[in-house]
Amino acid sequence: MQFEHLPATQILIPLIGAVFILASRKNIVIWATVSLLTLLTFINSILLYKQVSASGIISYAMGGWEPPIGIEYRIDSVNSILIVLVSFMALLVALYARKSIEVEIVAEKRPVFYAMYLLCLTGLLGILATGDAFNAFVFLEISSLSTYVMIAMGKDKRSLIASYQYLIMGTIGATFYVIGIGLIFIMTGSLNLNDISEQINNVSTIRPILASLAFITVGISLKLALFPLHSWLPNAYTYAPSVATAFLASTATKVAVYLLIRYFFDVYGYNIVFEDYWLSMLLIILSIAAMIGASLVAIFQNNIKKMFAYSSIAQMGYITLGVAIANHSGLVGSLVHIINHALIKGTIFMAIGCFVMKLNSTTIEDFAGIGKKMPLTMTAFTIASLSLIGIPGTVGFISKWYIITGAIEKGWWWLVISIALSSLLALVYVGRIIEIAWFQEPKIKENTIRLSHEMIGVTLIASITTLYFGLNTELTVDLAKIAADSLLSGISK
Amino acid sequence: MIEISLLFLPIVIPFIASIIIKALGGNKKLRELTIIVAPLITLLSVIKLYSLDYNIKLVLFEIMPNLEIAFSIEPLGLLFATIISVLWIIASLYSIGYMNAHKEPRQDNFFFFFTIAITIAIASSLADNLFTLFIFYELLTISTYPLVTHKADAESKKSGRIYLTILLGSSLLFFLPALIYTYYLTNDLTFTSGGIFTDAYANGDIGNLGIGLLLALFIFGVAKAAIMPLHSWLPAAMVAPTPVSALLHAVAVVKVGVFTIIKIIIYIFGTDLLFKTGGSEWLIYLSGFTIITASIIALKQDNLKRLLAYSTISQLSYIVIGVAMINPNAIVGSILHLTAHATSKITLFFAAGIIYTSTGFTRISQMYGIGHKMKLTMICFTVGALSMIGIPMFGGFVSKWYIVSGALSVSNWFVISVIIISTLLNTAYFIPIIYKSFSQSSSSVSYKKVPNSMLLATIASACLTIIIFLFPEFFIEVAKNVI
Repeated sequence: MQFEHLPATQILIPLIGAVFILASRKNIVIWATVSLLTLLTFINSILLYKQVSASGIISYAMGGWEPPIGIEYRIDSVNSILIVLVSFMALLVALYARKSIEVEIVAEKRPVFYAMYLLCLTGLLGILATGDAFNAFVFLEISSLSTYVMIAMGKDKRSLIASYQYLIMGTIGATFYVIGIGLIFIMTGSLNLNDISEQINNVSTIRPILASLAFITVGISLKLALFPLHSWLPNAYTYAPSVATAFLASTATKVAVYLLIRYFFDVYGYNIVFEDYWLSMLLIILSIAAMIGASLVAIFQNNIKKMFAYSSIAQMGYITLGVAIANHSGLVGSLVHIINHALIKGTIFMAIGCFVMKLNSTTIEDFAGIGKKMPLTMTAFTIASLSLIGIPGTVGFISKWYIITGAIEKGWWWLVISIALSSLLALVYVGRIIEIAWFQEPKIKENTIRLSHEMIGVTLIASITTLYFGLNTELTVDLAKIAADSLLSGISK
Repeated sequence: MIEISLLFLPIVIPFIASIIIKALGGNKKLRELTIIVAPLITLLSVIKLYSLDYNIKLVLFEIMPNLEIAFSIEPLGLLFATIISVLWIIASLYSIGYMNAHKEPRQDNFFFFFTIAITIAIASSLADNLFTLFIFYELLTISTYPLVTHKADAESKKSGRIYLTILLGSSLLFFLPALIYTYYLTNDLTFTSGGIFTDAYANGDIGNLGIGLLLALFIFGVAKAAIMPLHSWLPAAMVAPTPVSALLHAVAVVKVGVFTIIKIIIYIFGTDLLFKTGGSEWLIYLSGFTIITASIIALKQDNLKRLLAYSTISQLSYIVIGVAMINPNAIVGSILHLTAHATSKITLFFAAGIIYTSTGFTRISQMYGIGHKMKLTMICFTVGALSMIGIPMFGGFVSKWYIVSGALSVSNWFVISVIIISTLLNTAYFIPIIYKSFSQSSSSVSYKKVPNSMLLATIASACLTIIIFLFPEFFIEVAKNVI
């Protein structure tokens, strides 16, 4: 059975859904519709993945306009797994969302929030699916704009500042990206990524191409919160509604990394990007600065959401590190860590959403004894935390294993030590929460709001997947290996 | 198929027991029944393993190619599993008495984590490869953390933090990179007699210095063996209730540490390779240093449990020094000491727990004259202490004998002098305790009645110490099979 329009429906389902959602005012109806839509998106992504793994790369001409003139959607082994991942996280968070949104967002804004949620999903899926440089920019903006709105809907007034901060930074990033594309377009006359990758070696002078590489790298790095371009992230994650944080932390930055990987390995190609070591070295140094610096900052946070926001910056460091190592093991590590970190941070922020609802507080001291009151949620949180540290048996262990192997293969022992050191720092800040939550007596009274079953259920399911993928690596490592193979196939060219 | 499931039983039984304990919640009678019955069945299932073929292997998960969570049996692991399950029976008896006498809160939680820790210790003894062992090594740290912090006061939380940071930290910093590097070089982590580095060494992928450095990464990564300078977690862990200190921090946890080191030296590096490259020579000096230094620190301790902790640190390094010498006799000595130290130290801890339960004393300077009222306890304590010193009639003598004869046969005078000095030091810190306890009582002390089960358990472990001396053939046989 073949559905030839799968790449298009992948994006159209949430896009069209986002418009129709606004027709209803009842939270439960909207929530059910959004859940259904994300479920459809998820099913669509699985079908798409099956099709790719069965018959190879799918090239879909949007509206029948043939590439390189028209917009091409290009699904291969790399983005098909990420599409599944993003759709899966969107589904989980959507199922989780109902009660959390009821508590955190005022009634008249709820439909807009859900619409933005779907639009953001559309944007992210679009970036993953498209094979067109400018189309990727459009989707980048769709996801960003809807994110600004979602963040601004936070209960705390500071969410407005956070949103504004992100708006400024995000726009600068997007501008850099467009300038980069402009340079590429001038030199190659094409916007189709696949086409560019063929033309790029025939340009008359390489200098504008290198400039475009710099612009695009900086632009995307802003989006993925690479240190030191991360300053928008902590506030955005902290003051956004729980649902938005859980969704963004598990998808948005990962999609940006994907775009970076795509440009580095497919569009420019290994030879241009990594020929001289300067970019690789620069990325490695920034990644390590993120891994160690952001983890250190996380240790001293009092706000739990902020702590894990800094932790996200540190974890993004692992992913960019694997990219910068740029060998097979490093890339596999990165790709697995993208999956891994999506699951972990999704679980953690969903769990935090549950706690915050019960405690009305994000201060870490107030979490004392929460383990006794909400054992299931805290168990999910603990499992995800262990995976964050990289304890064996969890998926976090697998990704670290590969990134370390990548570093060893290059003979960079100092890198191995930095990775291990950063894991230790993760142990410290995660340990602090676990100790307070499980071993202290409760200090403040929780409120009477009852958590819904689906909130706890979804959080638990997400945490169990981190264990599952830690033991059964077929779906993660094997797929990541195929993806890494295809990304690195350009080296010999 | 049946044989494979037999292999799994010693891990499954305690695991099920732990779930039952948790599920029973406050039902004390049934819980205590489970706590007594589970170790017995576990021991039976371990004994059953002796009849199995060494080639049987149970693969639970294959995580990466050639990297699996798998179990199999080999002589040393079997011996270790046997020690754990025998001492578990005794410790269960003891801990029921202890927990009731102290009316400890949250007993169901306590016994749940206790049993989980045992499950993990047994699983690590049956590990088929270093990767599996590493996983259970880490899990053991995590599962014993709630036991260390059981009291939930400020001090135990502080100790818990030290415990977790040093044990998890060292393993993530050193053990894991060493593990990955080994896998990178050999593409294999299975415990193989003769080691797995033969090819890599022959191809020149790793040289003499590399072997030494890699071993160092492993040794410092296994902080559970409490080799200095990574020993401070052990005295800190003494805030836990006495049964935990006895079974976990004298037997299960620390022994998993030295067990891992023995496994790494014999089955990963291989004795031949280490002998050829001299990669383990530095370890002799480091563990020698640990033996002496820990004994000197023990000499200055007034808190009995802390003294026992430092004595443990020193005794663990005996085991390490024996394998580091790479001499058949010394290795036999190490493996014997693994057993002898377990029974002797658990006796000492049990006795300390009885003293604490009966009188509330924790400091040696309080213990004048207690031997008159607590004759049996102090006799058991003496048995344990004499075994630690290495006096004939007690288990510790046999193992020291083998280690010394190993050192003599290679004329390693450093080791011989370390053992002589440490024997003197052991005498110097144990004998005064015994002497004080049988001297005149300085003040009137009220003695509370101690549950019989505690006394019984202490006597049983003291008897085991003597049995090891009387019938060492079994252990020597096992040890010889290993090399």
